[in-house]
Order: sequence, then structure tokens, then C-alpha cells
Amino acid sequence: MQLVFLLEQVVNGLVLGGYYLLIALGLSLIFSVGGVVNLAHGAFYALGAYASVEIARRLGFGAAVILSPAAVGILGILFERFILRRFYAADPILSLLVTFGLAMVAEQLIRMVWGSAPLPVSMPASLKGSVLVGDFLFSRYRLLLLAIVALVVGGLWFAIQRTSFGRVVRAGIQRPDMVAALGIRLQPYMTAIVVLGVAMAALAGALFAPIASVHPAMGAEIVTVAFVVVVIGGLGSFWGVVLAAMLVGVVRGITIHFLPAAGEASMYVLMFLVLMFRPRGLLGERIEKFE
Amino acid sequence: MSDLLRRSVLKGGAALAGAYAIGMPAIVRAQSDTIKVGHLTPMTGFLGALGEYAVMGIAMAAEEINAAGGVMGRRLEVMSEDSINPATASTKAQRMLDRDGALVLMGEISSASALAISQVAARNKKLFLATGPRSDTLRGESCNRYLFCIDIPNTVMVNAVGSALMRDGMVEGKSFYTLTADYVFGHDLLRAAKAFFDAHGAKLAGDELVATDVTDFSPYLLKIRQARPDVVCSNLAGNQVTNLVKQYAEFGLPYPIVGFNLNTADAWAAGEGNLSGTWPTVWYHTLDVPASKAFVDAFQKKHGKPPENHAWIEYVSLKMLAQAMNEAKSTDSEALADHFEKGAEFDILKGRPAYFRAWDHQLVQEAYPFTVKAAAEMKDKWDLMALGPAVPAAGEPLETIYPTKEQNPCKL
Repeated sequence: MQLVFLLEQVVNGLVLGGYYLLIALGLSLIFSVGGVVNLAHGAFYALGAYASVEIARRLGFGAAVILSPAAVGILGILFERFILRRFYAADPILSLLVTFGLAMVAEQLIRMVWGSAPLPVSMPASLKGSVLVGDFLFSRYRLLLLAIVALVVGGLWFAIQRTSFGRVVRAGIQRPDMVAALGIRLQPYMTAIVVLGVAMAALAGALFAPIASVHPAMGAEIVTVAFVVVVIGGLGSFWGVVLAAMLVGVVRGITIHFLPAAGEASMYVLMFLVLMFRPRGLLGERIEKFE
Repeated sequence: MSDLLRRSVLKGGAALAGAYAIGMPAIVRAQSDTIKVGHLTPMTGFLGALGEYAVMGIAMAAEEINAAGGVMGRRLEVMSEDSINPATASTKAQRMLDRDGALVLMGEISSASALAISQVAARNKKLFLATGPRSDTLRGESCNRYLFCIDIPNTVMVNAVGSALMRDGMVEGKSFYTLTADYVFGHDLLRAAKAFFDAHGAKLAGDELVATDVTDFSPYLLKIRQARPDVVCSNLAGNQVTNLVKQYAEFGLPYPIVGFNLNTADAWAAGEGNLSGTWPTVWYHTLDVPASKAFVDAFQKKHGKPPENHAWIEYVSLKMLAQAMNEAKSTDSEALADHFEKGAEFDILKGRPAYFRAWDHQLVQEAYPFTVKAAAEMKDKWDLMALGPAVPAAGEPLETIYPTKEQNPCKL
């Protein structure tokens, strides 16, 4: 019986990992392409959640899940065009400072517009409740969340690995100078990647709004976790991030099963161990321009 | 990745952590003939939503006091700052006393930060009115001459909810599964809960310690289902309660849920149809007392929403302080402590006046258990509590729900 309980935690951890993945994957992509660690990534997650609450009030939950990432994606165009673009070639400390500053500005803006108190949000009653699959209990809503994550991540993988868009992006990650020599402007691709990244973060915010508290500091909370996932997975690696997100979710679930008080610390211990033995992260790639 | 870049990333991470720890200092203006009160409360973090109300409440009280001529003809000036965490709270408290000229300290919601501030206050022999923290330890082992506690302690919340649960036959022979906030407040509340279970024939089926930054409760919910208790009981704080309640509704577990701690802002944040069960409160804006209604109306006019219990507690606490200064004709901490200890009575917008017990400096006042209204009965989105009758009941002395001298190790 004990084993079944543990297995249940593992499966649940995988579902949670899917949610971490939505945020971490964008962070990793933006880093791979632009060489910028976007500390403002959490702000887009928070904005996605707040936008979804506003949209859901008027147009319903389904519309919110689609329109909120779209709206934040448009914001991402401005973010890339007017801020991030100036820092691709600059000293990394500058982009860290500017994105960190932006994260604080965004948090205070949210506080000014919506107040410190969390916004009340509920999911549609039809999505509440759990289903039993064999001996395992799943929240119905999280199964839906998992399906959406699988769809988005699969789509993103396809776009990067199997399309001409993806070929340019991958080439740009390894040898931006060669891409330029071939007469291809990388800038629109950069914009597209940033938009995709922040829209995924916004989608995570919209999906998590009905089950967790929507408050101004939610972005700061999640960016740490996303950062840990990216570091464990290895900067620049698509499957590394996928693997790390699942691993963080599962390790957290198992830790809570045996030692509940250490649940949140588990991911940092995991990061520590991974960095001890594989400083590049689990599947971190050699990226020439960063070597 | 190059070594240079890796270092930059790590440095950035450290800067991120550092900046959150220090926070932003408020701009403080000095004026010599004013009476300055140093007010610390969490405005960010998992208690931040509550602290925002605390600031609104204290500012409103200060305005009213000053509009009515101040205290002994002097203007009352409240300096409100974000306490952030125990270490920062203690640094800021010391600075407020040393540099900003605060005569008295008050505020707090976090029991851990309040403990840190109370040590600074005691060292400097300055009064500290702990408005919002509920840990029994503060008014127990850690009590001191300069610390006065306003909010109801954990034992009272357990007794308030417990009496309602016993009435509903939900205690005797039942097994409880508790989720506990993993810091001094939660540990303390769990101790009070265990004492209550032991005394009334209930069993503790399991307990989970939950870190204050947990947003996902699904692993805990799975463990609860595996244990199959009769009742699930929350000993959580702040944002944790909101997250738990939302995810409990998401999973739709069949066990009734109750809690020994809840603040109204966290209940409001839960979202329609998510909160259920029996919980305690120290005050609610629908309380049927004329003075309370007048306060609610004035607050609503000013802020466009009803006050939360931390707005109320900060409001009445500053009024109590002003009243004590007027009555003692002094702003000196020793004189004020003496005055409180003499059992001065205060109108705190409830059915019965409140007073401090001289031997542990706890404000003795009514508490209320409540159940959650059905959506159809709610007048507006703020109106979600069906308040039970005040505890202790009308004829009984107020002190019956407070820890006795035998239970409370406080030695002043």
C-alpha cells in the first residue's frame, strides 16, 4: 500500500512538473537565443494571471486562457523591441539588472492597479473534483492542465526542430555570425522567441490562477523555481528543461511524502547535487558563443 | 557557458535575494512636537495582503485622532513600514527608536517578526503593542513588561472554533488531519489544537508541516486522502490558507474542512464556492454593533471596500494608545504600561469593552466562530461569513476562553 501512495506522489509530481515547465522553457529559450537571463519572466507570469482574471470576469474561463497569453505576448513584442534588444551583446550583468528592475516595477504596478490583496478566482464548477484512474487520484483540472502543457510543449518542439523558422533559431543559437553572413536578419526571430516565451509564462499564470492565490509577488515566487529548473536541466537544452521540470516536481512530491517540512527545500538540494557532479546541468549543451 | 557569464548570473541571483530581503525604505519626515509611533507590518510576502489593510486602518485612526485635536494637544504621527522578516523588522524597530524618534512601537502580523521586535522594545524599555500576531508564545514564555498583545491568541481561536465543532458533534471520537504553518505561529497553534483534541476525545490522525512559501498543496492533499480522516483542519497562515482552500475545492475531497486560523482577506481571496467549514474570526464587518457599523461605513466611504479584521485591529489599537496617553497624561512607556496594567477599559467596537490582563498583558475580548454562507445568501462578494454568537457567551466572564495562569507560563 505504501508503494502505491509513493507512486501516486510520483505521478502527481509529473503533473506539477508540467506547470513548472511552461515557465522554465520560456526562460531557457530566451537565454539560449539572446544570452539574457530574463529575471522579469515572473512578471509576465503574474500579468498573465491578472489578465486572465479580468478577462474571465467578462468573457469566461476559456476565453481567458487563450486571450491572456495573447495579450501578454503583445506586451512581449514591446519588451523585446525596446528593452531586451539593447542587451544581447552587452555585459550580462546589465541585462540581469534591467530585467530585475523591471520585475520590481511590474510587481509595484500590479500592487497599484489591483492592490496587495489577492484576487478571488474560481474555476468553472464543471472542472472541479477528481477522477480515479486505477488507484490514483487526479484532479480533473490538472489533467486538463497537463494536456494543454503537452500540446504547447509538443508544438514548440515541432516549431524548433521541424520548421524553417526553427532551423534559423537553432542556427542563431550556435552561430549568429554565420546566420548574418547568409543574409538572414535574426531580429524578427528573437522577437518571436521572446513573445513565445512570455506567452507561455502568461499561459501558466492563467492556468494556475484558479488553483493558487493571485497576488502581486507571485511572479517573484515562480521565477526562482523556473531558474532552478533551467539550471538543473542545463541552459539551452530543450529536453534538459523538460527533464528537470519533471524531476523537480517528482522530487518535491517524494520529499513531502517522507519529510513534509523539507518539501520546498528539496529542489535546491537537487540543484546543488546536480551542479556538484554536472556543472553544466543534466543535458546542458555546449553553446559556442557562451564558451 | 563562460565562467564570466556564470559568475554574473550567480551575482544577479544574489542581488535578487538581497534586494528582496532589504526592501525599500519609507521616507520619513521629522517634526519635533509630534508624538511619533513606529508602525511595522508585513506589506509584502505571504502576509502582505493583511498588512495593506493594517496600514489603511491605522492611517484612518490617526486622521480621526488628529482631526479631533490630537493627543494632549500634540499631533500623532504614524510611520508605517514594511517589516519583511524578523531580522529586518528588528533592524527597522531599532532605527525607528534611535533615529526617527518613535516613542512607541506597534503593529505586526507575523508572530516571528513580532517576537524580534518585542526584544528590541524590551531592550530599549519602549512599549510595543503587538496588534496582529496570535502565537501563544508571545504572551507566554516570551512575555515582557513592554509587550502588550491585542489580537486573540491561538488558544482562544481553538476554543472558539472548538466550541462550535462540539455543538455540531464533530469532535468526540473523530480523527483530525492537520496542516500546520512551519514557523513559530503554526507550531504554537498545533500545540493548542492538540491540547484541545486530547481534552475532548478527538484523535490526531496526522500532521503536515507546510513551509510558508508553498503554493501547490497537491502532495499534501494526496496524503490526506491516503489517511482518510474524519475532519481536515488548517493551522495555516496568510496566503497558505487561500491556496489550500482553493486546491481543496479543486480536488473535491469528501472530508469536511475546518480551521483554527483565518483572516478575512484570505477568505475573500479564496474565490466563489471554494471556502467551506467552520473557522474563527476576531472581528468581521457585519458585526451587529452600532460603533462597529459606523467604522465600517467610514472606511467603506474612504476606500470603496469594507475593512478587513487587520484594518479594524490597527484602528482600535491606535485609538487605545491615544486614549491611554490622554488618561495617563504621558507618552512615557513606563507610565503607559502601568496604565494598561491597571485594567483600563477600551471600546473596541464590540458588544463588550476590552481590557488588558495585568499578569500576561493580553487584551481580553470576544471572539466569533463562523461558518461560510451559501452563495445565495450573500449580499455582496464581501459578505461570506455567517457569524456565530460571540464566545464566551453573553453571561460568562470574558476570560473563560483565555489561557489560565496554570496554562500560561508567562512570568512578568
